[in-house]
Amino acid sequence: MKLIQILGTGCPKCEKLKHNAEEAVKLSGTEATVEKITDIGQITSFGVMMTPALVIDGEVKAVGKVLSPEEIKKFLE
Amino acid sequence: MENEPQAAKPPEACCGTGPKLIFACSGAADVGKISDLAARKLTAEGVGKMFCLAGIGGRVSGIMETTRVATAILAIDGCPLDCARKTLEQGGFAKYEHIRLGDLGMEKGKTAPTDESVAKVVDLGKSRLAG
Repeated sequence: MKLIQILGTGCPKCEKLKHNAEEAVKLSGTEATVEKITDIGQITSFGVMMTPALVIDGEVKAVGKVLSPEEIKKFLE
Repeated sequence: MENEPQAAKPPEACCGTGPKLIFACSGAADVGKISDLAARKLTAEGVGKMFCLAGIGGRVSGIMETTRVATAILAIDGCPLDCARKTLEQGGFAKYEHIRLGDLGMEKGKTAPTDESVAKVVDLGKSRLAG
């Protein structure tokens, strides 16, 4: 089971990234949980200075970008 | 030194442009301390954000990815060993501004970390990150 975390304070781009991550999970058929992190303290604990950011199993994969479901899917394979 | 500048503040950038990041060698020598204090002062003045050079060396994913989206990178090295510059280059970052304190006449082991010496580096840092 993979853990996908979306770091962001709730702006439309953060929501879009969460949606795309959920789509990527469906596309890949991977078992994964998608959760949103909005607490600024938790966000900075990843070393991230810009949002939205995508984290998979503790590894930051992208910062400041809204990746497509296909792009996110590659990280899940 | 009176009122030493504070460390980098947390990010507020949501969906904005990438940050201007400042990496100081923060080395053990006097000039390392000056590089560190200058980076903190530049951060406190809003010129850019001091970021952790050790995170580049350690390939910490959040720090690496944030640095990839930076609009500008400033490396401040205290001495000619250029540890900050080399760390960035080994991390895959080829585009950056660079300040070497030796080029400002600050010699390792012979330069006190005074307000004046820090201000000199801060002024140059501001011009390098302008625009």
